Amino acid sequence: MKQWKNALRAAFPCTIPVLMGYLFAGMAFGVLFRSKGYHFGWAALMSLLVYAGSMQFVAVNFFVPGISLLSVAFMTLMVNIRHVFYGLSMLRKFEGMGKKKLYMIFSLTDETYSLLCASEPPHGVDRGLFFFCIALLDQLYWIAGSMAGGLAGELITFDTTGIDFTLTALFVVIFVEQWLSTKNHWPALIGLGAAGICLVIFGQENFILPSMIVMLCVLMAFRKKETKGEEA
Amino acid sequence: MTLGVGESVLVILLIAAVTFLTRAFPFLVFPSGKPVPRTVKYLGEVLPSAVIGMLVVYCLKGVTPLTWPYGIPEILAVAAVIGLHVWKRNNLISICGGTAFYMVLVQVFFCK
Repeated sequence: MKQWKNALRAAFPCTIPVLMGYLFAGMAFGVLFRSKGYHFGWAALMSLLVYAGSMQFVAVNFFVPGISLLSVAFMTLMVNIRHVFYGLSMLRKFEGMGKKKLYMIFSLTDETYSLLCASEPPHGVDRGLFFFCIALLDQLYWIAGSMAGGLAGELITFDTTGIDFTLTALFVVIFVEQWLSTKNHWPALIGLGAAGICLVIFGQENFILPSMIVMLCVLMAFRKKETKGEEA
Repeated sequence: MTLGVGESVLVILLIAAVTFLTRAFPFLVFPSGKPVPRTVKYLGEVLPSAVIGMLVVYCLKGVTPLTWPYGIPEILAVAAVIGLHVWKRNNLISICGGTAFYMVLVQVFFCK
């Protein structure tokens, strides 16, 4: 029990940026879903079972008569395909987490992935529990936000324009943090460059998959060069 | 609601299943206990930096450099976040400060 408390106490500060981002993004989703006639319970159910930020916004459009399940599955696959690669960095991290591993895999959103990459538990805190608490807190924020949006989204009277910048700022901070803590800046630059170029070529709706492919190819080419350098 | 309850639940379950499969894919291909190929290990190490670079671009994809406001609020706010972070190295200060700055920019100075 004490271990849990320690892990939770260590994990919470790491998740505050996601707390702000998810509460408001979740609310926006709840409001949108309700505008299609699905009350807050539905928003909560979706955030509980699906738990995928941008996907849930896309998914709102699936709830129309005559939608084919095949196209639902295909669209979901296309929007979420980037997640196929995230686990590669987590194979070691999730090892030995027992039953919690399944939840860690389920809850691997962009934001949780970024936090898991960027955070290490303080001394004396169980690593697995620490990661699990980060993942769990993040999803709770998301569920709470989407329920609040579905219940009372229109009660927010102050102007929240621009608050979605929280998540942008989160990724920028993690980017800077990684930049400052490593000497090899190529992977970061390759990620920025591949995504930037693909955004221009493929447009904002379709650039993520090509970006991932270009990134993987360039990173692999780099490895070949590096190993060759070592051999020579 | 435009679909029935059963049908709506079915759609949600389908989206949930496909989403979970995309996240589980690497763990299915490389189950724990078995040695992971060196190439995959290498990718696991370099991907986080690259993916986070990509996510920064993903968040900024809606910026319109050729029409008003020309991405100026985003450039200023991202610069503020970087500056704050290099200076203080505190996640919360950088994120809250940057977001507040951006909100002022888009609500006061760059209204549509």
